[in-house]
Amino acid sequence: MSPQLAVFFVLAALSVLGAVSLIFQKHPIHSALSLIVVMVSLAGLYLLLGAEFVAAVQIIVYGGAIMVLFVFVIMLLNAGAEEHTNISKMAGVAGIPLTVALAGFIAAAIARSNETVQAAAQTGAVASTKGISNMLFKDFVYPFELTSFLILVAILGAIVLAQRENE
Amino acid sequence: MIPTNYFIILSAVLFGLGVIAFVFKRNIITIFMSIELMLNAVNLAFVAFSQALGKLDGQVFVLFVIVVAAAEATVGLGIIILIARNRRSLNVERVDLLKL
Repeated sequence: MSPQLAVFFVLAALSVLGAVSLIFQKHPIHSALSLIVVMVSLAGLYLLLGAEFVAAVQIIVYGGAIMVLFVFVIMLLNAGAEEHTNISKMAGVAGIPLTVALAGFIAAAIARSNETVQAAAQTGAVASTKGISNMLFKDFVYPFELTSFLILVAILGAIVLAQRENE
Repeated sequence: MIPTNYFIILSAVLFGLGVIAFVFKRNIITIFMSIELMLNAVNLAFVAFSQALGKLDGQVFVLFVIVVAAAEATVGLGIIILIARNRRSLNVERVDLLKL
């Protein structure tokens, strides 16, 4: 087994364990910490794939900004352990078959695709930050400008939503 | 050289775990976190195909997905704060009326 494959399996096991832990933790803050484990191990996988810029953005934006926002809201709302009622047991009755069906569909789709993607020759020049910025500001400049507008709308929406009404 | 299939299978497993968490969790914040987990799983597939095809389009798409996820987290957490203020609970089963 090559060292790359060993690193892949360690990171993959770590991310799957984090996702399983997200499901089984009762307290939201523990689920948030499990999700951070998943995101950091995914950043390691991006490095393994030669996408170093995406790995850095994953750590800074996902692991840093978004998860800090989640932890902040959990602490602000003083969220306790979740409670289960009769309705949540009914969700299990309908949810387990549907989840199994979804997993079966995905597995069938992967198994049916016989044509394995031909791996491109590993050239460090392809997956460079320079190439990404060239594409982002030349080919994708219109969507890029639209995302800045989207963020502006999101900021305004968050302020309007979280504002207390003045009597 | 790691086969691309491994990454796609890992992405599918993570997406499935995200769906399971979405269906079974009862806390609204945890449900929101499972959506982020599903977005991360899709991002992994994007980067894997980007590397396999030797093109950078997938990585640019991942950047857009991350931006949209950040905007979505901002608005979603604002809505969660409003729900917690009005309902005094974070359980989704208590949010079953359209009126206040």
